[in-house]
Amino acid sequence: MIYLDNNATTKIDDKVLEAMMPYLTTEYANPSSMYNFSKKASNVLKDARGVIKDFINAKDEKEIIFTSCGSESANTAIKGVLNYNKSKKHIITSKVEHPCVLNLYQTLEKQGYKVDYIGVNSNGDLDLEQLENAINSDTVLVSIMWANNETGVIFPIQKISEIIKSKNPETKFFVDAVQVAGKIPMDVQEMGIDLLGISGHKFHAPKGVGALYINSKTLITPLIVGGHQERGKRAGTENVPYIAGMAKAAELAMDGLKYETTEVKRLRDKLETTILKRIYNARLNTGVTNRVPNTTNIGFEYVEGELILLHLSDLGICASSGSACTSGSLEPSHVLRAMNVPFTAIHGSIRFSLSRFTTEKEIDYVCDKLPEIIEKITAISPYQDELDALKKLK
Amino acid sequence: MWDYSEKVMDHYRNPRNVGKIDDADAIGIAGSLACGDQLKIYLKIKDNIVTDAKFQTFGCGSAVASSSILTEMIIGKSLDEVRKITNKDIADQLGGLPPEKMHCSVMGYEALEDALKGYGDDYQDLDDLREPEKAEKIVCTCFNVTENLIWDAIKQNGLKTVEEVTNYTKAGGACGKCKGLIQDIINTYYAKEKTENQLSPTQRILKINNIIETQISPELQKDGGDINLMDIDGNKVYVKLHGKCSSCKNATLTIKRFVEQTLRTALDENIEVIEV
Repeated sequence: MIYLDNNATTKIDDKVLEAMMPYLTTEYANPSSMYNFSKKASNVLKDARGVIKDFINAKDEKEIIFTSCGSESANTAIKGVLNYNKSKKHIITSKVEHPCVLNLYQTLEKQGYKVDYIGVNSNGDLDLEQLENAINSDTVLVSIMWANNETGVIFPIQKISEIIKSKNPETKFFVDAVQVAGKIPMDVQEMGIDLLGISGHKFHAPKGVGALYINSKTLITPLIVGGHQERGKRAGTENVPYIAGMAKAAELAMDGLKYETTEVKRLRDKLETTILKRIYNARLNTGVTNRVPNTTNIGFEYVEGELILLHLSDLGICASSGSACTSGSLEPSHVLRAMNVPFTAIHGSIRFSLSRFTTEKEIDYVCDKLPEIIEKITAISPYQDELDALKKLK
Repeated sequence: MWDYSEKVMDHYRNPRNVGKIDDADAIGIAGSLACGDQLKIYLKIKDNIVTDAKFQTFGCGSAVASSSILTEMIIGKSLDEVRKITNKDIADQLGGLPPEKMHCSVMGYEALEDALKGYGDDYQDLDDLREPEKAEKIVCTCFNVTENLIWDAIKQNGLKTVEEVTNYTKAGGACGKCKGLIQDIINTYYAKEKTENQLSPTQRILKINNIIETQISPELQKDGGDINLMDIDGNKVYVKLHGKCSSCKNATLTIKRFVEQTLRTALDENIEVIEV
């Protein structure tokens, strides 16, 4: 199998599993208990908080809380800020956020909040002018993802933070960093971020664990109320083995950042340029720069994405598509629509996302097989005249 | 991951009858690039028989499989047989489709219907309860779905909810603004179905005659007999048996068990068939 869907989830690193095992077996104590047996569990929690603090360069480990996933981090941050500042009713986000955030904003609109959705251009870059103009004295929260999950396009977080603070210093800034954790360096202090969410399973930890950074100047009303865990910001007995695993994964990710930005990027670029060279009806759906190193999103014109995925899957290759047919939602990706990807290509859009486990041999295999697949599917397309015209252009 | 049947997988992996017929006698198109799937079907027709069929499809695995199996289903068949094919037949032939993918089978039906539009203009579907002026109204503007198509999907598949209509036709699957209209169509359909026995007297006679000619008579002919409609008076249907049937000692049984039952199922529980 060749796994090129690492923006969906990743393989658990063997070292991560190893780090978790004691807490899944013998060291099962509740970290809040008062006997020696719980010491190891409470220490591993403390250490993990320190590692995550370093991972995002927070000032203090008290600013980190552990959650169950990226969606919980986002929900805690967004609802937490809104419920703490109930008098203000204006929120700004982007049109291309992850559904876990977008659907939440749509719900909040029904509850009386005014939400502005900032657009992107055809490269996938955010319209900063529109953002600046949208901020007013009632704006309680700006919520922007660091990088987009479908395109890999990175947003200029530091610049956005500067714009926000210059227009309204009281406005809080939440960053969904799920797609950058482990791919590019993160520095919440330098970037001027108030709240930031990550998810373990996107960087080789297991599913079911995430973290939320809330800087010391930002107060929230907790989402999950109960015990005093996580300084009262997130009740519930800590998921010790998974948190230990995520901390190990973060350590490995920090060590591997250079590899991501050099070797993973080199393989991504090789895959991308080869596909664009060998397949005449392929187009890059994004700009070339400002992207996380592991992601490429390519549209194959006049063919449909699910069919490409099915043929890839027959060869053991895993990727994903922005096509309507893969989701059952009947509409193609909201991200690609916001970018105005032409409808000749939007239904045939494929995302390949690599990881540090991706090998050159795997990339070469995909580069070899994909042209045959696309040719086979193109041959059944009813748009032969349009395809001929496209072929002549190239 | 969709739970596709072996047959669906076989057909998208190895689609049959792909391509175009340059001197086609009929061409049908359904769907569009913007909507995410399109099917073009080409037919060669000789002496009312489909002698060849080819297709080109832009769409997902189940769209290609529906198109491919449809060509297999119609080659060698008479136009009368082909006209009876519904989206359900296509899905059944494929060993079923996931509910969210039923619209692929509807696309096959739609393209076939489009191709046959110009053929046999005297053909009249007596099961058609639509009000003609409504037929081409666009209900779902996102996916360009007509009332016509929604009506057919409800009728052929017994759809009861808006969600089912969306799965089968895509209507209501994007902005969702037409969901109220779809509900109205569902309500209208079932209200009409209930009052079907209130057809106008002429429609009713035509329909009974049509059922006798297309469903009953061919069966009796197989045994060397035949049947004629003589008169209709309210729920009483007077028929005359011919050939072997007229002398058959089981004639009464034939009349009651077969003729009357067929008419009752198709039209009205209260029909009584009387031999003259």
